[in-house]
Amino acid sequence: MNKRKISAVLLSVSLMLFAAGCKKKVPPPPPPPPPAPAPVAPPPAKPSIQFSAEPATIERGQSSTLRWQVSDATDIGIAPQVGTVSARGERQVSPSDTTTYTLTAKGPGGTETGTATVTVTVPPPPPPPPAPPQKSLSELLSSEVQDAYFDFDKSDIREDARVALTTDAEALKRIFGEIPDAVVVIQGNCDERGSAEYNLALGDRRATSAKDFLVQLGVPADKLKTVSFGKEKPVCSEATEECWQRNRHVHFAPAQ
Amino acid sequence: MIRKTSWIVLGAVAALLLAAQQSDVIIKLEKGERAAIAVPDLRGSGEAQQYMGAFNETLWNDLQSAGIFKMVPKSLYWTQVPRVPQDFRPQPAMPQRTSAASNVRPNAQGLWLSDWSGPPVSANYLAFGYTGAEAGQIVLRGWLYNVGQSDFSNAQVFGKTYLAPLGEEGARKIAHDFATDILQQFGAVSLTGTRIYFTSQRSRGVKEIWSMDPDGSNPKQLTFYKSLSIMPAVSPDGTRLAFTSFARGNPDIFVLSLETGRRLPFYNEVSSVTETPEFTPDGKQVLFASAVSGWTQIYIANVDGSGMRRMTYSNSIDVEPKVNPKTGTDIAFVSGRSGPPQIYRMSMLGTDVARLTTGEGDAVNPAWHPDGQHLAFSWTRGYAPGNYNIFVMDVATRQYVQLTHGAGRNEHPSWAPDGRHMVFSSNRSGSLQIWTMLADGTQLQQLTTQGANTQPVWGKH
Repeated sequence: MNKRKISAVLLSVSLMLFAAGCKKKVPPPPPPPPPAPAPVAPPPAKPSIQFSAEPATIERGQSSTLRWQVSDATDIGIAPQVGTVSARGERQVSPSDTTTYTLTAKGPGGTETGTATVTVTVPPPPPPPPAPPQKSLSELLSSEVQDAYFDFDKSDIREDARVALTTDAEALKRIFGEIPDAVVVIQGNCDERGSAEYNLALGDRRATSAKDFLVQLGVPADKLKTVSFGKEKPVCSEATEECWQRNRHVHFAPAQ
Repeated sequence: MIRKTSWIVLGAVAALLLAAQQSDVIIKLEKGERAAIAVPDLRGSGEAQQYMGAFNETLWNDLQSAGIFKMVPKSLYWTQVPRVPQDFRPQPAMPQRTSAASNVRPNAQGLWLSDWSGPPVSANYLAFGYTGAEAGQIVLRGWLYNVGQSDFSNAQVFGKTYLAPLGEEGARKIAHDFATDILQQFGAVSLTGTRIYFTSQRSRGVKEIWSMDPDGSNPKQLTFYKSLSIMPAVSPDGTRLAFTSFARGNPDIFVLSLETGRRLPFYNEVSSVTETPEFTPDGKQVLFASAVSGWTQIYIANVDGSGMRRMTYSNSIDVEPKVNPKTGTDIAFVSGRSGPPQIYRMSMLGTDVARLTTGEGDAVNPAWHPDGQHLAFSWTRGYAPGNYNIFVMDVATRQYVQLTHGAGRNEHPSWAPDGRHMVFSSNRSGSLQIWTMLADGTQLQQLTTQGANTQPVWGKH
């Protein structure tokens, strides 16, 4: 019952398609083309130009390649600098500044020009050569200004201290010339044997004696400060004359 | 043997000072024999017992360090110790006093007075009592008995009740209070409540001012400048601390309130060095040393640094001014005017300058005894430079005694308010530490162990 109904539907559909195909009509033929016009002698063609610079942007000192292809021309020139060229070619250029090259082509059909611009960029200047190293005040003091040493319980400038401080005076004047705003503090120190209280005053005397000596040799007094550390900041702590001597000294440091 | 030697030394001290016709505490200290006191460990009931270790230690130390008693060793005590007077048993009317060699002497195992006065204890006095816990308090009932009395009813010297919050701190407090009352019976001033101020270095390159109790307990840091803060001085009323500090660059004087911990204004004249501050006995002025005019000299100013006036005029170093606490009219100080530093004295006007030490060695750190007649100081006399010992001089006669004898480096003596004790710094233990001793150089006690500690000053508060 169902099968028979489906086959009836299929049959009617195929009949309808067949009937439609039979109705399609054939289109009419196109009209004939118009008759060709009578041939005329063409005027001479104008020159055609292809002109480029590759790359278009260079850094100063690099080069760019100009390429050109010209037809219908008899006289071809590129300015500036390049001059007369043939119809097809390439040329390397290294302009030092941005340059627009103009190609002029003359032919029977007239004159045509083309341009190609080479942009020249100036590279950033190389970093300046490193300046000779500027020594800091503390470096200058530690390398050029030496400590002066004292006898036990004394603040007099003894002979070896006189020699040291005389050298120091020249070094300090040089340093103050190099670093005009430098101020130096003279630190007076003592060995551990005296009392802390007395040594604070003794270290002050040693720093003052050294300052007075330097000022006499022309070091500006207002560039020199003094401080006493007494025996509070020893450089060594052994109970030997060698260590005690090392601690009985004035030392030079940048003022804060 | 040791006892004998020390008595010879003490005798020499006494003779020397007697020769100076001075009746002073140093002589009193050595006069006669010390009273022997027995101080058995007290026990506590209930919660109080756990704090009795601290209590007994404190009581013993206070009485021992007072230096007026012969402390009878606990090993000689009886097994039975009275806790209250009622524990004593009535004694036979005629106790048989036999020789110490006899071991058949009748006794009551600690419950007769004569058990404590006779051998082996042989005490003159017995301190006893007990503690208990009550309502958050530790309560002490303490008695002092004169055990040499034949009549029991005359034996009690005093009996008293003490209270403090329950805890170890409270236990130490009532022990201090009991010890203070015992000491008072013998005319001794208790040092409980006094503080020792000192310079302490506990990290490299940093020195701060600290304070502590006379037995080294309760250390407290007072300055926090992370610089060099040194040479403390305390005002007589204990409210102000002056010291020398590098906190602003060059060393100058700072003053702190000990009540608030805050800086108080002190005007320093521009000087490369301002150091060694010291209050006058009335607390109204400060003396110090300043290099404002060149050489470091002695100056006096108001407590705020105003009204600065120069006191010495020498072409040498003058430091460490110390005003006589008794008279308030003369000053001991250190000067290099005759060569190496020596102790000098002068009037408050800067006149009548006289050298007190002989000129030998280095003499520094003068410290007035509360009696105003003696000075303690550090001197290298007889030793190489730097090897200081503590000396005491009778200022009127210039006679002196040496209290330390080459054991390390001994400096910065400062007298306790009782005039019997002295605090000083010494490196005899291998590092620089604070020590106390009696005025005769005996009974040495190390108070500090942490870091390096020096420049002690004994304040009344």
